[in-house]
Amino acid sequence: MIRFLLLGILRDRSRSLFPLIVIIVGVALTVILQTWLSGMLDNMIQSSANFMTGHSKITTRAYAAEAQQMPNDLALLGADSLIAAAAGEFPEMIWTPRIRFGGLLDLPDSSGETRAQGPVFGTAVDLFNPASPEPKLLNLEQALVRGRLPQFPGEILISEDFSRKLGIEPGDTATLLSVTMYGSMAWYNFTIAGTIRFGVVAMDRGAMIADIHDIRKALDMEDAAGEILGFFRDFQYNQTRAGEIAADFNRHYSDPDDEFSPLMKTLREQNNLASLIDVLSWALGGIITIFLLVMFIVLWNAGLMGSLRRYGEIGVRLAIGEDRGHLYRSMLYESVILGILGSLLGTALGLAVSYYLQHQGIDIGSLIKNSSMMFSSVLRARITPLSYIIGFLPGVLATVLGTAVSGIGIYKRQTSQLFKELET
Amino acid sequence: MQNSILISTNNLTKRFPMGEDAVVALDQVNLQFRKGEFAGLVGPSGSGKTTLLNIIGSLDVPSEGEVLVLGEAIEKIGHKAAARLRNRHIGFIFQTFNLLPVYTAFENVEFPLLLQRIPESQRKKAVWESLEWVGLTDKAKSRPSQLSGGQSQRVAIARAMVKRPSIMLADEPTANLDAQNSHNILQIMERLNRELQTTFIFSTHDEKVIQYLRRKITLDDGRVASDETFTTERAGS
Repeated sequence: MIRFLLLGILRDRSRSLFPLIVIIVGVALTVILQTWLSGMLDNMIQSSANFMTGHSKITTRAYAAEAQQMPNDLALLGADSLIAAAAGEFPEMIWTPRIRFGGLLDLPDSSGETRAQGPVFGTAVDLFNPASPEPKLLNLEQALVRGRLPQFPGEILISEDFSRKLGIEPGDTATLLSVTMYGSMAWYNFTIAGTIRFGVVAMDRGAMIADIHDIRKALDMEDAAGEILGFFRDFQYNQTRAGEIAADFNRHYSDPDDEFSPLMKTLREQNNLASLIDVLSWALGGIITIFLLVMFIVLWNAGLMGSLRRYGEIGVRLAIGEDRGHLYRSMLYESVILGILGSLLGTALGLAVSYYLQHQGIDIGSLIKNSSMMFSSVLRARITPLSYIIGFLPGVLATVLGTAVSGIGIYKRQTSQLFKELET
Repeated sequence: MQNSILISTNNLTKRFPMGEDAVVALDQVNLQFRKGEFAGLVGPSGSGKTTLLNIIGSLDVPSEGEVLVLGEAIEKIGHKAAARLRNRHIGFIFQTFNLLPVYTAFENVEFPLLLQRIPESQRKKAVWESLEWVGLTDKAKSRPSQLSGGQSQRVAIARAMVKRPSIMLADEPTANLDAQNSHNILQIMERLNRELQTTFIFSTHDEKVIQYLRRKITLDDGRVASDETFTTERAGS
């Protein structure tokens, strides 16, 4: 009987091809939407983590309270020993020091007078330590537009847009005017090694990336760091574990009565990300649910149409003595076969498109020129374990339910009308 | 099946509700059909031919009276038992053939045996025999769309007879066929009746069919107006 059903499905295009196309398209769209929205959320978390928050961040309590001000006068002292201690206690994480600073970048002319000047938002990271995760976290190789990455002390990177605006070229010398950790004026000469574009609008406006050793000298912050960022070694954020590590760390190192004692915060606990992530997660879940419902109705309808179109065939089968239950089950089997096949093909198609979107992404930089959100301008999909199964919900369940509902008509059909119906 | 009576109706009445009233389609019908009969229900439209065929074929139940088909009381029969009765013992031939369009002639004929879960080797043998009966072994792989009207009706006959039913019910089987094909079909059915002792009951007003009948039951307004039996051989013989 199964062979008989399969033959029918294969030969009758209106029974197989049309429903199959509807299922494939519906399932593929579901998968693409899920991966795309996951990618957006992931993008936001990852961008925030890489550029601002880490998966966890250690600062002084006082610095944490005013983190938006980048208060380097409240920076951590003895940063290197604190990093060594954290690395020993929490080996599943990589710890890296950063100093965020603001200032003016001044470009002199041949006589030493200011030729151009602009505000910079600087980040000092460990650039030259081979074990440092920073080049990878900031994706410096990919972000490089002109010149090269810093190879020697005193070399910096600035954002491509900023360099164009000020007319700075790789190889030029620029002076950073800022404030030391102790409040006095600081100036330090750097050589522009190259220009970068992160694809994060907030960073690309006036970013400066320098080696932390240079900035420690420039801002009088020897063995200090504004922040120590921690990242899981697989670079995947795990809120539960991050929370446990933070609690453990704070129990041992943090003193509520000492504003200069270190305090560890997880990604969620910084920059109001918790509520943002929660709201976005709910919103994305809601969008996916609505879309699933829509696909459900579409595929349900396809199942209904399929059954209605076969009204005559069902009549003949009832008349020649097929039991209603048998007929109903055979239609369900057909829809299961179509649902599974369509879901497999649709999931494969959806994953193929998602894979492309995950690796190539779509650059929306021109659309969000003035955005200050920590959000990559190249949007990418993200394939998650859910992506492999989410399409089967509408694909199989809706198709089978559609057939199941429409098939109820088999039980309501008046066999006494069959002769009349089959003669028309 | 006493005295080879396969079907008997006793005061069979069938009413169809129409608003607050009811239309009487069959009124106190008393008939018996024996094994091997070649009978026809004739009469004008609305005389109750198809309703009687429906009830004998366990597609409908009487409003009053009793109907015994192969020992099954139709007035009490459930859906499952009715389906089983149709599947095993009653063959249907429709005016519009009603072959399953996506299946070949062979597969159409095979379908009732699949429902009976008959093993493949027996099934194939039975299908080939049926196609031989109707002279269509060369069209076994053809789809209904590739067959003429006459050939389609012959496949429909093969499908109805493949399970060797005791009773064949045919509703206007020649209505969509030309004269030559009608005679071919009727000759095949008459041969089946003669050689396999299958009881045929037609609903018809086609003179070509009536010529072949050995028993003609005329219905008028749901009542049996006449019941004639012809002892002499008729047109097909």
